Amino acid sequence: MATVELQFGALPLHVRTARLIAAAIARRVGVEESLMDEVKLAVGEACSRAVDVHAEHDPTQLVTVLFSDADDVFTISVLDAGPPLAQVADDDEGMRPSVGEMLSRVDADGGELDPAVRLPAGLGLALIEGLVDDVMITPRADGRGTRVQMSWPMVGALLLPEAAGGTGD
Amino acid sequence: MDLSLSTRTEGDRTIVKVGGEIDVYTAPKLREQLIDLVSSGAYHLVVDMEEVDFLDSTGLGVLVGGLKRVRAHEGSLRLVCTQERILKIFRITGLTKVFPIHSSVDEALSATD
Repeated sequence: MATVELQFGALPLHVRTARLIAAAIARRVGVEESLMDEVKLAVGEACSRAVDVHAEHDPTQLVTVLFSDADDVFTISVLDAGPPLAQVADDDEGMRPSVGEMLSRVDADGGELDPAVRLPAGLGLALIEGLVDDVMITPRADGRGTRVQMSWPMVGALLLPEAAGGTGD
Repeated sequence: MDLSLSTRTEGDRTIVKVGGEIDVYTAPKLREQLIDLVSSGAYHLVVDMEEVDFLDSTGLGVLVGGLKRVRAHEGSLRLVCTQERILKIFRITGLTKVFPIHSSVDEALSATD
């Protein structure tokens, strides 16, 4: 069960909020400080992607982020409500283009046509996979979209103030 | 923190100093700045990222877009960055091979292809 659940309207400006919340919870549950940049980048990428998907398919739907700290593992799941993407539904990672291939498709002039045009869908996912050791990208169980699930060890959990209380007195 | 942008010129080079967070929300501002510069004839850009706190794939896309724009005019786009957290993102995406990355603005300014 998720310890914290966040839902936000599919707007880019809320992605930063999601990053800050992720970092705050990660610190609280004892994820190592050296992993904090990775946590923020990964959750930001997953949320940016979800915002893109919603903007394209159903802007009224909220993006859902679930935070859980069960079994000494900190897990963040970002759920979108778009149609399951072919490259996501396909379990074979080899089917996805490489980051370099995706970036080579960035059109120097594309951004002028539509301010919403960003990168090819999938670059964020590729970056997450390059960053985070424990990632699962799957169609949602209810068939309503995609779930990007990322986990980090809570190795610092024993150092939480509650556990370390009194040692400094 | 929001994105901050400032520009100055040194000879035929234009230095774009970027600070704060480059993400899905702020990257359009950077893209707009790069487009404006190229439109006004600035084809040799140095993007100083030393004060950037956060960079995501949207920001990478804007930089790649900027590179393609200046290259269309036989220009250049050099980055200044020594922050490991930002360099890591360029390494993971293979972009260290695409962008010349310098450790100081002076180094970028004196660099030639």
